[in-house]
Amino acid sequence: MKTKLALLFPLFLGAVIISATTNTPTTSNYMEVSPSEDMELTSEEAFDKMMDVLTHQRCVNCHPSDNIPKQGDDSHPHYFGIERGEENLGYQATNCATCHQAENNPYSGVPGAPEWSLAPHTMRWEGLSRIEIAESMMDPERNGGRTPEETLHHLTEHELVLWAWKPGVDANGQSQELPPVSKEDYIAAVKKWFEAGHVIPTE
Amino acid sequence: MNITFHINGSSQTVAIADENTPLLWVVRDLLNLKGTKFGCGKAACGACTLHVDGEAVRSCSYAIKFAEGKHVTTIEGLGTKESPHPVQQAWIAEIVPQCGYCQPGFMMATAALLEKIPNPTDEDIDRNIINVCRCATYYRMRKAIHRAAELNAANVEPESENS
Repeated sequence: MKTKLALLFPLFLGAVIISATTNTPTTSNYMEVSPSEDMELTSEEAFDKMMDVLTHQRCVNCHPSDNIPKQGDDSHPHYFGIERGEENLGYQATNCATCHQAENNPYSGVPGAPEWSLAPHTMRWEGLSRIEIAESMMDPERNGGRTPEETLHHLTEHELVLWAWKPGVDANGQSQELPPVSKEDYIAAVKKWFEAGHVIPTE
Repeated sequence: MNITFHINGSSQTVAIADENTPLLWVVRDLLNLKGTKFGCGKAACGACTLHVDGEAVRSCSYAIKFAEGKHVTTIEGLGTKESPHPVQQAWIAEIVPQCGYCQPGFMMATAALLEKIPNPTDEDIDRNIINVCRCATYYRMRKAIHRAAELNAANVEPESENS
């Protein structure tokens, strides 16, 4: 009996090895997904992730509820008495472009991006709740007449908005805080929320 | 890389290794125009103010690459000793400077202001002239700005009634 078992065992082992080899999954057996799509967000989760960014100071500093731009991670009023002016670009001879160019300036620490300006007063977000910001953002009366598609484009492709993830350094050479969500995850969340019908949660 | 621009009416090409080099450094150290001053280096004090295509700009925070093809004016190009700009005339008449270090920036900011607002109110001045003067010559500067506006107006030919 023992002899029979000793003879059968190598055969059994061989069968197991062959079976394991032929049934081992290869990479082609899996569907490849990008890191930002690996979690299927619900509309509510996508909304929350989007709002984690839109309520961050990198966004709200330029959506003030008064006429004064805010600066820095502490959102202090813009130095030098700078205000909105008539065109959201400051005053006639001293305006945004007096100091801010189309890129961050690594020497002075002055931030910059194309179309650097304050959001119009109708787009004021400072002090609003997430839901109130979303209502404002989707209201053509307040969002500059944008359609949902145009709002989606502004949120995900406008260079001035995406500057939030490359804010450069401050006047002391210190890195400025980034939004709490990566750019890729933020864009995926915004797209998900719009695809799901851009439903604003109730209070 | 080479950057070509116009400065005080002349075409100028500079060879520069770092395209982000501040325009101020090029003006002072390469072109030897020392009238424009380095103050804070953070676009805050305004001592480095000059004009790019007629707009007041803080040159310490203006990368030289953005000057390509543009017209730059420094205090040396604002007027001449023989024919000073109305702002320079007013500055002399009101004996504005004390130490004088910040004054070129103030004069360039004022010249830009008068192009936009020929007869500025005190509020216009407060909003647009935000440079810093450690000698606190602000009171005399305000008088000089109003005087420069008057000189500018006097230099403008009055329109004929029949035109």
